[in-house]
Amino acid sequence: MSFIDRGGVQSHALFHLRRRGWAVLRFAGQITFTFFGLLLATFLIGRVVPVDPVLAVVGDRASQSTYDAAYIALGLDKPLWEQFYLYTVRVLQGDFGQSFLTKRPIVEDIARVFPATLELATVAILLGTLIGVPVGVLAAVRQGRLTDQIVRVLGLVGYSAPIFWLGLLGLLVFYANLGWVAGPGRIDIAYEYNFTKVTGILLIDTAIAGEWAAFGNVVSHLALPATLLGYFSMAYISRMTRSFMLAELAQEYVTTARVKGVSEARIIWGHALRNAAVPLVTVIALSYASLLEGSVLTETVFAWPGLGMYLTNSLQNADMNAVLGCTLVIGAIFVGLNLLSDLLYAVLDPRVRRS
Amino acid sequence: MNISRRTLLASSVAAAALLKAPLAWAATPPDTLIQAWAIDDIISLDPAEVFEFTASEILGNTYDGLVGYDVDDVTDISGVLAESWEVSEDGKTFTFTMKPDLQFASGNPITAADPVFSFVRVIKLDKSPAFILSQFGFTPDNVEETIRQTGDMTFEFEMDQAYAPTLVLYCLTATVGFIVDKALVLEHEADGDFGYEWLKTNYAGSGPFVIRDWRANEAVVMERNQNYWGEPPALERSIYRHIPESATERLLLQEGDIDIARKLSPQDIQALRGADGIKVQEGVKGSIYYLGLNQKNEYLSHPKVREAMKYLVDYGAIADTVMEGLVEVHQSFLPKGFLGVLEETPYSLDVDKAKALLEEAGYPDGFTVTMDTRNTPDITGMAQAIQQTMARAGITIEIIPGDGQQTLTKYRARNHDIYIGRWGPDYQDPHTNADTFARNPDNSDDASAKPLAWRNSWDIPEMTAMADAAVLEPDTEKRAEMYRELQREHQQVSPFVIMFQEIEVLAMRDEVENFIIGPSFNDNSFEFVTKG
Repeated sequence: MSFIDRGGVQSHALFHLRRRGWAVLRFAGQITFTFFGLLLATFLIGRVVPVDPVLAVVGDRASQSTYDAAYIALGLDKPLWEQFYLYTVRVLQGDFGQSFLTKRPIVEDIARVFPATLELATVAILLGTLIGVPVGVLAAVRQGRLTDQIVRVLGLVGYSAPIFWLGLLGLLVFYANLGWVAGPGRIDIAYEYNFTKVTGILLIDTAIAGEWAAFGNVVSHLALPATLLGYFSMAYISRMTRSFMLAELAQEYVTTARVKGVSEARIIWGHALRNAAVPLVTVIALSYASLLEGSVLTETVFAWPGLGMYLTNSLQNADMNAVLGCTLVIGAIFVGLNLLSDLLYAVLDPRVRRS
Repeated sequence: MNISRRTLLASSVAAAALLKAPLAWAATPPDTLIQAWAIDDIISLDPAEVFEFTASEILGNTYDGLVGYDVDDVTDISGVLAESWEVSEDGKTFTFTMKPDLQFASGNPITAADPVFSFVRVIKLDKSPAFILSQFGFTPDNVEETIRQTGDMTFEFEMDQAYAPTLVLYCLTATVGFIVDKALVLEHEADGDFGYEWLKTNYAGSGPFVIRDWRANEAVVMERNQNYWGEPPALERSIYRHIPESATERLLLQEGDIDIARKLSPQDIQALRGADGIKVQEGVKGSIYYLGLNQKNEYLSHPKVREAMKYLVDYGAIADTVMEGLVEVHQSFLPKGFLGVLEETPYSLDVDKAKALLEEAGYPDGFTVTMDTRNTPDITGMAQAIQQTMARAGITIEIIPGDGQQTLTKYRARNHDIYIGRWGPDYQDPHTNADTFARNPDNSDDASAKPLAWRNSWDIPEMTAMADAAVLEPDTEKRAEMYRELQREHQQVSPFVIMFQEIEVLAMRDEVENFIIGPSFNDNSFEFVTKG
C-alpha cells in the first residue's frame, strides 16, 4: 500500500515537473517567435520604405564610386532573404552592427542612450503609480462627488493636452520664471566631468561617487520632465484604478463584508484594491513599457538624449541597423515586463498560483 | 482652520524661496563657450569624410589646411600651413612649401609628409567629399605618383589638366583638404584602413582647439590646443550641446545657461531682437533655395511655362514674412561672395505676365503638378506661399510632404514634378555650383553623375561645355566674366527657379565677443571669442 502511495506521489510530482517543463518550453518558443517576427517585420518595413539607406551613409554629394562602394558594404546588392539571414546570424552572435549615423556599434549607442530613458521613465512611473493609484481609489469611493470630478478632469487634461506644449509651458514657468528647476539636459556642464559614469543612470552614478552637489543638479534637471511624464502616467493609471475599483466595489463580497461590519477602510484597501491590483499590474507595466520606449517629444523639448530621440533620428535617416537594434530592445522590454506582471499575478492572485 | 491655511501658504512660499535659492543657476563658466545647436548631422570627425554643416564647423576650428582666405574678402587667398606655392609652366603641377617649425596638437612636427599622406588618404578612402580632390584626375591607382613628397618641407601636386589656380586653391580650403597628423593616425591604423576606424571618432589635427569628446546627439567638447602654433585662443573650452528645439534654445539663452543659440526659428529670433542681455549676429551663407522643375513633366518642360513660374513667386513677401530675415532674395546659381556672382534679380511676382506666358505655352487654364516638400518649417512655409501665388495663374500645386531623406531619394530618382530644395556649395570656387546647376554631361537614366541639372532631366550639352571651359581659364577676371555669362543664360532658360540666399542668424549673450560668421560653415570661428 505504502509502495503504491509512494508511486502515486512520484508520478504526481513527475506530472507537475513535465507540465512546468512544457510551460517553460512554450514560453521560450513564444519569445523566440515574437523576436523573430519583430525582426522580420522591422527588416521588411525598413527595406520597402522609399528611402535610400546609402544616402544616410554617403550623403547627397558623393561620387558614384563612393556610392557603389557603400551600397556593397551595406550588403544591399544581395537578395533580400540573404540580407535578412546574414543580419539574423550576426544578431544571434550578439553583433547588432554599426550605426550609419554615429559610426559606433549599435550596442554601444543603446547602452549610452537607454540609461537616460530608463532613469526618466522609472522616476515617472513611480510618481505616476504612487499618486495615480490612491487618487483613482479616492475617485471610485467618492464616485460622482467633487473629488471624483476633479480627478476625472485632471485625468482628461493629462490624457489630451499635448506633452510638447505642456513641456514648454513647464519650462517657462518653473525654469525661466520661478527658477525652481534646472533647464533642459540631464546635468549642468559644470558637474558633468566630476564623476565616472558607471551605470549611465546619473542619480546612481553621482550617488556612488558621493558627488551630492551633482546629484542635486541631476534631480533638478529630472524633476520637470519626470513630473510631466509622471502626470501623463498618473492620468491613465488613476482612470483605470477608478474603473477597476468601481467594478470591485459593486461585487457581492463587498456587500457581505459591509454586512459583517468590516471597516470601510479595510474593505477599500484590504479587499477591493487587492482584487483590482491584478489587472492594475498590467496597466502599470504597459505604462512603464511605453515610457521606456522613449518619449520623443519630451526628449526633444528637454534635450534629453534618450532612446526615443535616437530611434526617431535613426528612422528619419533610414539607419536600419539602429532601428532594428532599438526594436529588439523595446521588444525585450515588453516581453520582460509582461513576464514580470505574469509573475506578479501569481503573487497577487491565489487562483493563478494554484493553477 | 484659517490659521492652518495661512501656515500652509506661508510654508509653501518659504519652501519655494528655499528651493529657489540653491537652484539659482550661475552663468556659463567664463572660460567656456557653450553653443546650442542641432548636432545630429555629425556622422564622422574624419576630414576625409566630413561633409555636414556642424562637423565642418568643428573641423574648421580644430584642423588647419594648406591655404585659407579672408572671410571678408574671399579673393584674398593666403598660406596657413603652406608658406608658398608655385605653379608649373604647363599649369598642371603645384609645388607647395610648408611653413617651418609648426606642430600638431600631439607635438609631432608638421612636414610635407603630412599633406601628402592626408591627400593620398582622401583619394584611397574615397568617402563622400573625395570628389573635391579627385576631380583633378587623382585616382586610388595614380595618387601616390601624382601627389609626391620632394623634400622634408616640399611636395608636388600634379593634376591631369591645367585647372584654374583659384579653383585648386579654393578646393584645398574645404575640410577634405585639412591636414591630419600622419604619425598619430598611422599609430591607429588597422588592416590598412589609414586609421579610418579610429579617426572618425578621434582627433589628429593642429588647429586652435582639440576635439576632446563627441557624444552623438548629445555634445561635442573641445579644449584649447596647448601646442597650438599660432596665438592661443582665449577660451579654455568650447562645447556644442544638442538642443534641437528652437523654443528650448531661446529659454536657455535668456536664462544664461548657454552663450549662443544656433538653431532658432524666425519667430524666436524676432522675439530675441532687443531682448535684455542678448544680441543678434548675422552673416550671409552660401546656401541657395530653389525650385527644380523636372523636364520629364510635359507642362514643366515648356520654356514659356518655366519662365511663367519665375514670375509666380512672391520673393519679397516670403523673405520678409515666412523667413523673417533668414534669407535674402537672390536669383542666380552663384551665391553672393563668390567669384563671378550675378547679383541681378529680374523676377518678381507678376501674375498677369505669367498668365500671358502660360497662354503662349498653350495652357491658358493652367495645370496640376505636385511639389515634393521636406517637412521642415522653413521649406513647408515657402512651399505654401508658392502654392498660393501659383494658383493665381491657374497652376495647382499639390504639396507632398516628406522626410528629408525620403524627398531626396525621390528627387535623385527623377520621380518628382517640382522639388523645393536648398543647395550649399561644397567649396568656395564658382565651379562648385556651376558643376551642379549648369552641367549635365550625361542625361541618361543610368548616368554615373547626378548633378541637379540631371535630376531635373535638363539636357544641356552647350552649357556643359561653357562650364567646362570656365574651369580651365587661368585668368581670374576672364573666368569671372565667363561665370556671369553662364548665370545670365541660366537665369532665363533653366528649369530652376532660384529664389533666395541663406542668412545665418544666431543670438548670443551680450558678453560674447568676436564670433566670426564666415561664408562656409568651416569658416565660422570661435578662435578669437572672449566673454567680457
